[in-house]
Amino acid sequence: MASPIAIAGEYLPFMPRSKPRFVTESGVRVHGMIAEFGSAHELVHACEKLRDAGYRKWDAHAPFPVHGMEEHMGIKRTILPVVSFFAAIGGVVAALAMQYWMNAVDYQFVVQGKDLWAWEAYIPITFELGILFCAFATLLGMLALNGLPRFHHPLFNSERFLSVSNDGLMIAVEADDEHFDPEATRVLLEQAGGTDVDLVEDPEDA
Amino acid sequence: MSSINPDQAAAERLAGLRDDAARPGPDITSGDDGSLVEDPAVRPPLVLNNRSFGEVTDIVCGYAESEPPKWWLGAITVTSMIAAIGTGMILYLIITGVGVWGLNNQVDWAWDITNFVFWIGIGHAGTLISAILCLLKQPWRTAVNRSAEAMTIFAVVCAGIFPGIHVGRVWFAWMLFPIPNYNAIWPNFRSPLLWDVFAVSTYATVSLLFWYMGMIPDLATLRDRAHLRILRGQERRFTLPLPIGKPIAIPLIPTADRVATFVYGFLALGWRFSSRHWHRYEAAYLILAGISTPLVLSVHSIVSFDFATSILPGWHTTIFPPYFVAGAVFGGFAMVLFLLIPLREVLPNFKDLLTLRHLENMAKILLLTGTMVGFAYGMEFFIAWYGGNEYEWYAFIGNRADPSTAPYWWAYWTMISCNVLSPQVFWFRAMRQNPLVIWIVGLLVTIGMWFERFVIIVTSLHRAFLPGEWHMFFPTWVDILTFVGSCGIFMTLFLLFIKFLPTFAMAEVKAVMPQADPHGPGDDHTHRPSGEGY
Repeated sequence: MASPIAIAGEYLPFMPRSKPRFVTESGVRVHGMIAEFGSAHELVHACEKLRDAGYRKWDAHAPFPVHGMEEHMGIKRTILPVVSFFAAIGGVVAALAMQYWMNAVDYQFVVQGKDLWAWEAYIPITFELGILFCAFATLLGMLALNGLPRFHHPLFNSERFLSVSNDGLMIAVEADDEHFDPEATRVLLEQAGGTDVDLVEDPEDA
Repeated sequence: MSSINPDQAAAERLAGLRDDAARPGPDITSGDDGSLVEDPAVRPPLVLNNRSFGEVTDIVCGYAESEPPKWWLGAITVTSMIAAIGTGMILYLIITGVGVWGLNNQVDWAWDITNFVFWIGIGHAGTLISAILCLLKQPWRTAVNRSAEAMTIFAVVCAGIFPGIHVGRVWFAWMLFPIPNYNAIWPNFRSPLLWDVFAVSTYATVSLLFWYMGMIPDLATLRDRAHLRILRGQERRFTLPLPIGKPIAIPLIPTADRVATFVYGFLALGWRFSSRHWHRYEAAYLILAGISTPLVLSVHSIVSFDFATSILPGWHTTIFPPYFVAGAVFGGFAMVLFLLIPLREVLPNFKDLLTLRHLENMAKILLLTGTMVGFAYGMEFFIAWYGGNEYEWYAFIGNRADPSTAPYWWAYWTMISCNVLSPQVFWFRAMRQNPLVIWIVGLLVTIGMWFERFVIIVTSLHRAFLPGEWHMFFPTWVDILTFVGSCGIFMTLFLLFIKFLPTFAMAEVKAVMPQADPHGPGDDHTHRPSGEGY
C-alpha cells in the first residue's frame, strides 16, 4: 500500500513527487507500458500471464466490463457492498430518529389517539431514507474506492490509449511495480500476444 | 425467419471468414430484421448487422456529435414553445391562485393530481428496465435502458411540478419537507401525503444517480472522441443551424470540441476504463439495481396510499398498491415504445441497436401488465359486490360504469378500451412484430392510463355520500394548457437528451455483443480459481 503522501502526490500536481524509477533517454519520467490486444479472449489470457508473473501495479483497460475479469486479473472482491450496507443501516436509524424526535419529542403529535411511538406509520419514510443513503454511499463509495474523480492521469498522455473508450483492449503496467523492467515487461507483454507495446511518459511539468 | 445462426455469423466474422463489405442489410420485405429467431437453441442477436465495437461507438456518438437534423430543430421549436406555454400557465396560477383551475368544493383534486400520478407512473418503466431486468439478467435491456432512464427523470420532473403548485400558496411548498421553521412545528410523519414527498424525492434522486452512473463511461467516450479530434486537428466549430441551407460556423468563441472535452470530461470524472474500476462499477450497478427494485415498487405503492388510506368509496381498496405498480409499469413501457419507435425511423442505424426483438419483448410486457391492470379493474368490481357496501358498489357502477347514471362513463370506457382491450392484439405474433401497431397501442395506452387516473380521482370525488354534495368537474383552459405544457417540457427535455447525451448505454451494449465474450468459440478455458495472486 502506498503512503498517503505518495497518493496525494498523484492527485495534486504541485506536491513533491518521489524520484522516478525509470526515465526515458530525454529524462522524462516513465509512467509505464501499454500493450494492445486484438480480442477479449487474448486480453484475459494476457492478464493471467501478468497475474501469474506477480505483477501488482497494472491494469487492463476495456471499453466494457469483461466477463470474469476479476478472476483473470486476481482482483480481490470489493468491499463496496459493506459500505452500502452500513449506509443503508445509517439511513434507517437516521429516519427513525428523525421521525421519533420530531413527532414524539419536540412537537408531540397525537394522531387518532395513537401512541406517540406508533412506529408502524414511520416505516415508509424509514425505508425510503435507507434506500437514499445507500444509493449515495454506493455511487460515492464506488468513485472513492476507484480514486475518482481524477481528471488527470498519465495514461491520457498517450493518444493511442484514448482508443480504449472506443474499441481498444489494453494492458497498462506501471513503472512503480517492483517487477517492472523496460525490457522484461516488454517481452512478457509481447509473448502474451500484445501488439504495439509502448512506453507512456509522464512529463513532470506537463 | 432468419436462415443464419447469428452466433455463427459473428464467430466467422471474428475469425476473418466473413467479408464486412458484403454484410447484408436488414431484410425489410419480410418484416424480419433477423432478430426474430424462433429457434430456442439460437440466441437472437442484440446488435444487428454484425456491428463492431467501433461502429457501435460511431453510431451512438454520432447522434450527439453530428449537426442537429432538420426534424430535430423543427420538433424542439414546437415542443419548447409548448413548454413555454406550460410555464406561463404555472406562473399565472402562482400569481392568481388555484381558482384558475376548475376545482370546486367537492372535486378538490382533479387534473393536477391526475397529471402527477400519470407522470410519476410513466417514470416507472425506466427503473424497471434498468433495475429489475438487470437482476433478471435480461441482456436485451441494454438497448433501451438509457433512454428509458432518461424518460424516467424527465417524467419525474413533470410529476414534481403538480403537487408543488397545487398546494395553493406555492411559496410555502418548502413546508412539505422537515425543515426547522419559525413556528417550531414539524410535519406529520403519519400522513401518506408526507410519505409521498419522501418517496418521490428519493425516487427522483436515486433514478438520477443511477442514470448518471450508467452514463459515466459513455461520457468518457464522448470526451475522448472530442479530445482525439482536437489532437488530430479536426476540431468542429459551433454552427448556427438554419432551416434552409448549410449551417454557418460561428467564429471567435471556443470550438464545439473544446467545450465538449470540458463538459463531458468534467461529467466523466476522469473515467479511464480500468478493469479494477469496472469491477467496483459492476458491484455498484448491481447494488443500485438491487435497491431500486424495491424502491420502484414502493414509490407507486406509496402514491396509491394517498388514496387507499382514505375512507372514500372507490379509493379505499387494498388492491391499490399492486394495481398502481402494474399500471405504472404498463404506462411507462407504453411511453418508451411511443418515443423510441419514431426514433428508429429517423435516426440512422438506430434499428441495428433497437431490433424488432426488443420491440416484441416490450410488447409482451405491455400485454402482461395490461392484463394485470384489467384483472385489477375486475377485482375492484368483485370486491365492491362481495364486500356488500352499497356506497362502494355505487361508486363503481353508478359513478363509473353505467352510462345511464354515471356522467363520466365515457372516461371509464375509454380507460377500459385503451388499457385492457388494445394490448390484447399482442396475443398475435404478427401484431407484436409490427412497429406501427406497437406504436399505436403505446399511444392508446398512454391515453388510457391518463384516463385511469382521471377516473380514479374525479369520479370518486365528484359524488360524496349525500346527493347534496354532488358536483361535476369541468377543466378550465388553464388546466388543459398546464397539462399540455407539461408534455412540452417532457418532450423538450427528451429531445435535448437525444442530441447531447449518449442515447444508448454503449458500454453495456458492447458487453453483450458476441465479441465481448472472452471465452469465444474454440476456447478451452474454464472458470477456475487460481491460487496465485488471487
